[in-house]
Amino acid sequence: MNEFTVDDLTTILRECAGEDDESALDGDILDVEFGSLGYDSIAMMETAGRIKIDYGVVLADDVVLSAGTPRELVRLVNLTMVESS
Amino acid sequence: MSAVVVTGMGVVAPTGLGARRHWENTLAGRTAIGRITAFDPAGYSSRLAGEIRDFVPGEHLPGRLLPQTDHMTRLSLVAADWALEEAAVDQAALPEFGMGVVTASSAGGFEFGHRELEKLWSRGPEHVSAYQSFAWFYAVNTGQIAIRHGMRGPNGVLVTEQAGGLDAVAQARRQVRGGTPVMVSGAVDGSPCPWGWVAQLSGGGISRSEDPDRAFLPFDVQAAGYVPGDGGALFVLETEQGARARGVRSRYGEIAGYAATFDPPPRSERPSTLRRAIELALEDAGLEPSRIDVVFADGAGVPERDRVEAEALLSVFGPYGVSVTVPKTMTGRLSAGGAALDLATALLTLRHGEIPPTVNVTSPVPDYQLDLVTQPRRRPVSAALVVARGHGGFNAAMVVTR
Amino acid sequence: MKRRVVITGVGLVAPGGNGAKQFWDLISEGRTATGRISFFDPSPFRSQVAAECDFDPELEGFSPQQIRRMDRATQLAVASARECVQDSGLDLRAVDPARTGVTVGSAVGCTMGLEEEYRVVSDGGRSWHVDESYAVPHLFDYFVPSSIAAEVAWEVGAEGPVATVSTGCTSGLDSVGQAVELVADGLADVMVAGASDAPISPITVACFDAIRATTPRNDDPATASRPFDRSRNGFVLGEGSAMFVLEEYERARRRGAHIYAEVAGFATRSNAFHMTGLRPDGREMAEAITVAMARAAVEPGDIDYINAHGSGTVQNDRHETAAFKLSLGSRAYETPVSSIKSMIGHSLGAIGSLEIAACVLAMENGVVPPTANLHDPDPVCDLDYVPLVAREHRVDVALTVGSGFGGFQSAMVLARPDRVGR
Repeated sequence: MNEFTVDDLTTILRECAGEDDESALDGDILDVEFGSLGYDSIAMMETAGRIKIDYGVVLADDVVLSAGTPRELVRLVNLTMVESS
Repeated sequence: MSAVVVTGMGVVAPTGLGARRHWENTLAGRTAIGRITAFDPAGYSSRLAGEIRDFVPGEHLPGRLLPQTDHMTRLSLVAADWALEEAAVDQAALPEFGMGVVTASSAGGFEFGHRELEKLWSRGPEHVSAYQSFAWFYAVNTGQIAIRHGMRGPNGVLVTEQAGGLDAVAQARRQVRGGTPVMVSGAVDGSPCPWGWVAQLSGGGISRSEDPDRAFLPFDVQAAGYVPGDGGALFVLETEQGARARGVRSRYGEIAGYAATFDPPPRSERPSTLRRAIELALEDAGLEPSRIDVVFADGAGVPERDRVEAEALLSVFGPYGVSVTVPKTMTGRLSAGGAALDLATALLTLRHGEIPPTVNVTSPVPDYQLDLVTQPRRRPVSAALVVARGHGGFNAAMVVTR
Repeated sequence: MKRRVVITGVGLVAPGGNGAKQFWDLISEGRTATGRISFFDPSPFRSQVAAECDFDPELEGFSPQQIRRMDRATQLAVASARECVQDSGLDLRAVDPARTGVTVGSAVGCTMGLEEEYRVVSDGGRSWHVDESYAVPHLFDYFVPSSIAAEVAWEVGAEGPVATVSTGCTSGLDSVGQAVELVADGLADVMVAGASDAPISPITVACFDAIRATTPRNDDPATASRPFDRSRNGFVLGEGSAMFVLEEYERARRRGAHIYAEVAGFATRSNAFHMTGLRPDGREMAEAITVAMARAAVEPGDIDYINAHGSGTVQNDRHETAAFKLSLGSRAYETPVSSIKSMIGHSLGAIGSLEIAACVLAMENGVVPPTANLHDPDPVCDLDYVPLVAREHRVDVALTVGSGFGGFQSAMVLARPDRVGR
């Protein structure tokens, strides 16, 4: 299976949780906290739901909420992909 | 009891975004009713609506709010922004719980709900959005407005169909009198989707005409139903003294009187209670009927309901006893948002001294004996009565004065 | 001078029993009415438990047309309205209809009816366009849930102020609070007020699944609702209705009515924080409590019982525990607190009224209902939650609170009208 990339994540974030200006997710956001990017727990639940639908990756609730940054979330998605393949 | 005044107004209407544009178009008699564009209406028995066509949510709201909000919530957030901006409320100067919000809703975020129902039933439960937990429900506008402006005071949400726009403002007035310095109140509705459209059609009374100029003719001999629409208005309410103390320049008028009644069930022998609602509202305002300069009628556009309203007005004001206008002939009926919009138009009439017209009505039913305003009338207006009747028997009447 | 307002009739439909007596038996015995969802096949859903009412409209005397046009939430409201009027002994024909009003709280209105009709007109969600010819004529009544209040008003012959109040999960408190204000201000003499919700439908279950608000404890539905317990993991969806006859105090006294309680104080605040999230400090709920107590002219030490919101989500249980401490100070530790949601689940807008009923029945019986399933309290929740077993305890003044999506926080003080200190 293909790797889940930060670009995949930003696409999903844009659709699921919006962004306040067009470029907010363009820069180097890998290590920026989701909270600082303006995404709350509901936005993360919505994002996790989409990752499940689009990539077949089921993340446990506490895993979703524990991922503080895009880098961590991308890593967790890929880890889960490998484990379940 | 202390006078409660309106110091800010946000209008989102088919006739215009913003109070100024709405007023210009309304006074000019420019109708906003047209063939539905939100979806293809070809397959439905009625195809006309009063739509807001020039609203681009991203121009007014942060992107983060868009995935979690329905159409009518976006409109109401913008209306609240404008109302607060105009009132120039300095929140820092208010007590911690000094600002609250009461809105009316009719069908909640129905378009949002339609999308999620479709996902659920065509694709399965896990496709349902997390935002469905709040984006569609009736309380969503009050909640989102409170969050956006940090309003932690008293709150409320009423559902009384069309009457809700006035009922909410009356409840907000009660909160202001009870000591909350500033309340935001009013209503915005709209369900521009096929599911919402069919739900509205099921209520009966919607015009099947294809002609935007002949579809909605309240009090006319050819009245044959109404046209639905979306939009509404929100207001900032505070006490007269409070407004004066903080040096407010813009004051639309006072919410001087209000009453609500409920009609007996269909097929009952008992009469409508609308007359009593009007009389109680006048009494609450301390005004004789002769002091009312203009009535913004509910204008159902359905003959039986028109007759009931005309009889109530006749019995209170006498034959041709008061100017009566129905500017919603230009927008259609907007549920609770419609009554709020009428309130906005009434307040603008007080300010500008010009009564906006009822358009397209060419042959009022003679027996009604109404002095229907079909061309704008320029004259000082010091008191206006707004009447709103909600599906099922809800009557509300509100008096605003200069 | 505001008029005083009292409760003179109680009627309800709740999971585990219809009518006030069965409801009280259930909650005072600490039994639970939660189980696996039976209204539809819940197996595709994360949370498969709910507290359903055993309610058959035909047995309750509804006519075929009433059954067809009323959503279940409306039926529950009408049934409990009938019971409360009967219980009050009020002859409604002797009351001026113009001075009688109705408020019914409901968070999600006619959602069951809407979803069923949506499935038909869309042929199972097949297309965005729907088939108008399959729409039933009463669909409009589901579309705008003012119909719930309208049906109750027709039932009791009210022609005064009538409204559906829809402030999410505080609707059941806010509806009664608003009705009390109308009587207090002299706009009505009698209000039939309360709340109803029937949200156990796939769309509601699915949306709470999506935010993990409901419990996934599907293997043990009877103990799935565990407010304040360390093992709690979400609320259990419920349904039901409670309605009350509210009367102006002197009027009730003159006619020799049985007075359950005075609605002595009420307040509502917004957290203005998040549509589903709560500030951990409970500041706004504490403010609502403080204001409600001030209006009732009671001190923290006067409160004999607190009916908690106690939904059984981690954030709620901690939030309101903090709010009780903030508003009541050290008295928070000495006052029994319990959550009947442990037994009858969370019926969204209806629960606030069912909890008012629990409070007035606690006052009647001198017994505080327990929090069921509470074996191992969350260490952060360190108040007296009356675990498992009801407690004999005189209640002259009760406090009940609600908290809901949209940031709504409400509090109500119920008191014996002749209590000391008034």
